Amino acid sequence: MAVVTATETGVRPSRAGRRPSIPGWVGTVPFLAYVGVFLLLPAGIVIVDALKNSSGGWQFSAITELGNPLVRGYFIGSLKLCVITSVSGAVFGAILAYAVASGNPDGVVRRMYLAGSGVLAQSGGITLAFAFQALLGPVGLLFHASWFYDFPWGISLIYAYFQIPLMVLVFMPAIDGLKVQWREASENLGASAWQYWRHVGGPLLAPAFLGSTLLLFANGLSAFATIEAWESQVAYTVPQQISISLSSEVGLSNINYADVLALGMMIMVVVIMTGYALLQRRASRWLR
Amino acid sequence: MAAIASLGESGLATPAERPRGMQVRRRRRLNVFRYLVFTVFGLFFLLPLLATARFSLEGNRLGSWSLAAWKEIATYKGPPPLLPAIEIQLELAVATCVVVLVLLVPTMVWIRLRVQWISRVFEFLCLLPLTIPAIILVVGLAPIYNFIRHYQLSALTLFFAYVILALPYAYRALSAGLNAIDVTTISEAARSLGASWFTVIARVIVPNMGQAILNAMVLASALVLGEFTVAYLLLYNNLPVELFSISRNTPNASVIFSTSLASLLFAFALLLILSYAGRRRHRGRG
Repeated sequence: MAVVTATETGVRPSRAGRRPSIPGWVGTVPFLAYVGVFLLLPAGIVIVDALKNSSGGWQFSAITELGNPLVRGYFIGSLKLCVITSVSGAVFGAILAYAVASGNPDGVVRRMYLAGSGVLAQSGGITLAFAFQALLGPVGLLFHASWFYDFPWGISLIYAYFQIPLMVLVFMPAIDGLKVQWREASENLGASAWQYWRHVGGPLLAPAFLGSTLLLFANGLSAFATIEAWESQVAYTVPQQISISLSSEVGLSNINYADVLALGMMIMVVVIMTGYALLQRRASRWLR
Repeated sequence: MAAIASLGESGLATPAERPRGMQVRRRRRLNVFRYLVFTVFGLFFLLPLLATARFSLEGNRLGSWSLAAWKEIATYKGPPPLLPAIEIQLELAVATCVVVLVLLVPTMVWIRLRVQWISRVFEFLCLLPLTIPAIILVVGLAPIYNFIRHYQLSALTLFFAYVILALPYAYRALSAGLNAIDVTTISEAARSLGASWFTVIARVIVPNMGQAILNAMVLASALVLGEFTVAYLLLYNNLPVELFSISRNTPNASVIFSTSLASLLFAFALLLILSYAGRRRHRGRG
């Protein structure tokens, strides 16, 4: 007895500094609870509801609705729009990013372009559609483009207005990572500008470029505000159709149409973003 | 903005900063290329904004000029009225910033100090919203908000969802800030001088990562100010949703253009301030 109490009192003072009863992970519980309720739970609801029929039973055939010609049409519309705007946005954005990056790193142009890109890429939304409506719409200032309400070209132009800035933001670090020494070395060895880009700069930037294109693709896929403000009567893309089926319960019979579409999109975005992450890792090998 | 800026740049691009190895001819060609690019993209980005500005300054008669639409921002009677929507938007931005910071900063510091093994999971969760965009999230959020709606709360409840949307951007900003300071050493120093965990976080670590916190706040507000998808589909009225309804009720109402331009300029000013604040800090340190 005496020995036991002795060891107990002997142990206590050394532990007194930190309360041993609370394990460290308890500190993360508020965060985990919040993310659980507002991120994981909604994601779970989408997946579960997509696989259920209206009477509550499991119905994996709901997924086969993704092969329905009507549904496929929206996915094809989304794909067209995303391919056009991600490729053109990536090419033009990369050119602009190079022009900005080759200037003074502390200069006004760079600050203006980066801040402006942040605004247009992040918080543009419906205002971008209004801006183009003022420029090219039926009563537009510059001219009245007859193709303004054509899908996909009219909306592609508006999408470029936020895709190019996003490309500038995500591709700029890669260009900044190109070392001056590499350029000097190739010039000292007599390389022309073309040879430098063909054999040094191009291959170094290629993974970052492809990764950024994928990011633009995912961004275009999930954009909704701009296309809704551009044309809210006709649905061309998956997000528009999700919106319609959320606000009206009429859809394909017996399934949770919005959930099935959302699940289909989630799968696409996850695949794309995984590719993006892999390419980013590849890109960061040289550019740091 | 771009065209004006490119004029200012010509004086700033000091040739001394360029590699000496680059020949003069090539340097000149690069400059021609740059000014060409700035002009073309400057026009592409400026023209729609200028058109918006012109529409916002349209008077009663076609082709006349007037400031009425700008004065109308505060007084527009609708349908729907604008001022409550502007207020709710600003409140949403503040609420989102506060909740994101309260949620992330203590947790990130705690993880760095005490539970390193959880950091991978934590990072994954913070970046997860990038793969579940708003349009997908909103489908799953609808049942949850139907539940919340029983309590008759205002559009301010949207901040629950906005915090999730802002999470990846805020996480990146804060993580960069935490990497720049030696969290372990300074918190051990504070702890051994008798500070509580609250004091360590609020009075030792937070003041040392002011720039990162500012970054996170600006990014989160820029995101909230233009957010349309979640509010629209959960049937709450924030500023972009109200602008959308006005555009459907009264196509080409000047007030849409003045308000959209004002909100874009506001976000632009926020980001520009951020970029200059960052530079001042940087210089102060170096």
